[in-house]
Amino acid sequence: MEAHSLAPEEHFIREEPYYELIGQEIAIFEAAYQNKLPVLLKGPTGCGKTRFMEYMAWRLKRPLITVSCHDDLTASDLVGRFLVKGGETIWVDGPLARAVRAGGICYLDEIVEARKDTMVVIHPLADDRRALPMEKLGTLLEANDDFCLAISYNPGYQSVLKDLKQSTRQRFVALEFDYPAAELERKIVASESGVALDVAEKLVKFAQMTRNLKGSGLEEGASTRLLVHAAKLIASGIEPVVACQSAIAQAITDDAEMLAAVHELSSSLF
Amino acid sequence: MTDTSALTAEIIEQLLEEWLEVEFTFLHVEEIASSIAALRRDEQDCLLNWIRRIATTHIQIAYQFALRAPDLLTHMERRLIEAWALHAMDTYDRAGISPAVRVIKDVINFTRLSHERTAGVVFEDVGGVMLNFVHGLSGRRLKLEQGEAVFTDSETLFLPAVIARMPSVADNFVLCKAMVAMMWAQTRFGSFRTQLPELLNAYEDAARALKHFQALETLRLQACIARELPGLYREMQRLRAELHETLPASWQHFAQELAQADATADDSLRLLARAYADPAAPPDICFQGELRPDAVAKCMAARVAKEKILLRVKLAQLEQELKKHRPDETKDRPAQFGLTEKPATEPGLTALELTLDGAPIAPPEEVRQLLTSIQLDLGEIPPEYLFAAGPGEYDPRLYEEKPADPDEVWQGTYHEEGASLYPEWDYGRQHYRKNWCVMREKDVLPVHDGFREATLEKYSGLVKHLRKTFEAMRDENRLLKRQAYGDNVDIDALVEALADARDGSEMSERLFMRMHRSERNIAVMFMVDMSGSTRGWINDAERESLILLSEALETLGDRYAIYGFSGTTRKRCELFRIKRFDEPYNEEVRARISGIRPQEYTRMGFAIRHLTSVLNEVEARTKLLITLSDGKPDDYHDNYRTQYGIEDTRKALQEAQRSGIHPFCITLDEKARDYLPHLYGAVNYTVIDEVNKLPFKVADIYRRLTT
Repeated sequence: MEAHSLAPEEHFIREEPYYELIGQEIAIFEAAYQNKLPVLLKGPTGCGKTRFMEYMAWRLKRPLITVSCHDDLTASDLVGRFLVKGGETIWVDGPLARAVRAGGICYLDEIVEARKDTMVVIHPLADDRRALPMEKLGTLLEANDDFCLAISYNPGYQSVLKDLKQSTRQRFVALEFDYPAAELERKIVASESGVALDVAEKLVKFAQMTRNLKGSGLEEGASTRLLVHAAKLIASGIEPVVACQSAIAQAITDDAEMLAAVHELSSSLF
Repeated sequence: MTDTSALTAEIIEQLLEEWLEVEFTFLHVEEIASSIAALRRDEQDCLLNWIRRIATTHIQIAYQFALRAPDLLTHMERRLIEAWALHAMDTYDRAGISPAVRVIKDVINFTRLSHERTAGVVFEDVGGVMLNFVHGLSGRRLKLEQGEAVFTDSETLFLPAVIARMPSVADNFVLCKAMVAMMWAQTRFGSFRTQLPELLNAYEDAARALKHFQALETLRLQACIARELPGLYREMQRLRAELHETLPASWQHFAQELAQADATADDSLRLLARAYADPAAPPDICFQGELRPDAVAKCMAARVAKEKILLRVKLAQLEQELKKHRPDETKDRPAQFGLTEKPATEPGLTALELTLDGAPIAPPEEVRQLLTSIQLDLGEIPPEYLFAAGPGEYDPRLYEEKPADPDEVWQGTYHEEGASLYPEWDYGRQHYRKNWCVMREKDVLPVHDGFREATLEKYSGLVKHLRKTFEAMRDENRLLKRQAYGDNVDIDALVEALADARDGSEMSERLFMRMHRSERNIAVMFMVDMSGSTRGWINDAERESLILLSEALETLGDRYAIYGFSGTTRKRCELFRIKRFDEPYNEEVRARISGIRPQEYTRMGFAIRHLTSVLNEVEARTKLLITLSDGKPDDYHDNYRTQYGIEDTRKALQEAQRSGIHPFCITLDEKARDYLPHLYGAVNYTVIDEVNKLPFKVADIYRRLTT
């Protein structure tokens, strides 16, 4: 595919993304969308939250505007700001305002990373007002009927600084995600990467081993996404143990002792 | 230029006489001196250096070392000689003089063992990796400890200090891993799920029967590992091939039968009669270790009883928790826990899902682990295990692991139990003394006597001043103007830029302004001297300072903790918790500050090391370790008050610095200028010459340090 640029609100997903249904998440999301309720996706990193959003955007045929939140994300980054052009100031909408106008799906990924004051701007959008106050313009932007707000959040981080406030979380319909069951995860790894089912099975088993280590030195076990990465390397002819080391072990920890232990696990398995 | 000519026997003799205190010890050093004099200069330096270093630990060891070392230099690597000397000193620390002298005398044995030291894997080095390895595998959360042999009691895996059977380090590591995996497999694939001791007693020679049974089990478990961990299995077979281990012909069909996927320990027992009758010796497999049915039976009996209680208690807690969310009408009905089988993900272990009144629930991690552990022991979860314990049904002492009261432990024989061990730097030896300080955390007895109110009244003027200055230090958001990027247009900059443009000069690109939020991200640890010398004025001043400081820090919002330290000899090092990082500054903390009383001596190294580790668990951009002290390091009847103590403290501070902590010292010792620059560096300390000024100064010093 050639690189080409397009406005955020033109980002329609044209082809059906690969997604395996885990529970009733699709039905719940659709019901929430029809009732204009915002959605909160909870779950560890790499378990398929973003893929689910892409899939829903395709299904609902709405543009998907994703904002990855970081600790310097200000309200203006979401709403918009004045820029200077040829001696004049002009207003430029931020991604959230664009989604509200165009009736897209605005997905704020890892919302807890954003600054506390930034989170507050989504409050009026996330209840029945469905409006975005644009202070600098002195206007109130009422949302298009097709607009949908979704945020994601990883409750696994045990930092008090990175917790979602009750006033924020109690506005959302929450969908909980976790790593898929072994059987399903194997299928996902195999079909995403093209490796044989028995290789995928071993990778899933390896992921399980790293997940057993969560809490005793690892913050998180290997995610489904990492498994797919490793599987893709294997499919391109990299030795499985090497693939596990570079795509998984190095990605989940820097601790030398833990790396050695994870390496021993993968070399035992393959 | 350094002198490279060899030292003469006379000079060497003089040195030895000084180090070995010949004046008092009457040791004969002439011969040693002449044998050293015959060596090259670099060899002489090496030996003399070590003799001097050992002599600071014990003269007798140094003398014995000096007697033997010159001859060894010709045929022993220097690295090994150093290891030998250090080993002797470690032995002295651990076991006293005679075992240490034995190490020196037994140098032949040491060289024989040196293979182990070069090619062997040492438990201390690989223990961490092995523990994570075994935790990654499924099943019960096993522990790993150093023991005298390779065996497991079904909860703890024991490995010897050194594994050196293979010729190379890499292969010894694989062997170690294979041993760990084999022991894991014993717990995971039900080797102990039989009534082994009784069954073995049915044989005439129970020991022989045990050996045969173990060999059969090893064959069965190897097949399990081949299915679960094929990579490791290949390595295990390679080791066996290198050691020329083969299976006797008469054992081949046992191996085949036990390799079936559904073979269990019962099959091994069934085959035991035939194997026992077979005259061929059972195959010796390098990674099989030992089987100790008695240790397993004892450990299992205790665990099975404990886990039943624990599970029922945990289920009762779970029920309580879930009840809160249940509708009212069902609240009085006792909950029914149940288990349903899920599609298996692990061979030989049924996947179970816990249900409450028929609906599946996600149990907390500890309940999940308990279920797995019980399943491994019994092969199933008996239905009576699933009744939540009634209130008061069990005595909490049966299942709660209560930390022993430090004071009681001190008085017992095993006073090291439950304590943390810290190394100490011996500057004479130029090496650490391993596990030298026995450290324990204790609580300060709170004293509710209105000390805070009295202090605040006494210093009411200062308090107001402090509050004002500290409030001014709080986070201020600043508006940054003329930025290249920002939230708003900076109209002033824009006007100027447009004027410039008209004018023909270059237009600035910095036209925006942005709110800058600076976050104070500081964690500070106060380490307060509670030695006996602080009795009286100093103690009062310390306590007042801590109250004022805490008040100021509360205004500021920095995270802080306060610990007191004291010690009597290395065996009794104590840290007193006054305020932990996660504790609010409440009535209890104030009462504890008031309750700070002078204790024993000023041993500092352990306190710095421990508080460094506490501070490093806190996430903060800036970490400070501030010591409040009245004198230099000191301890009872010990050489800690000499250079030794200062060097250990310096080393501990260096370790702290290396981990990203800024140490600082506030002292009342007027002589401190002699030694503090050496400890903390030229600028990282303050000497306060009058005790009553301490409360006025401390908060001020803190303010300067953090702005």
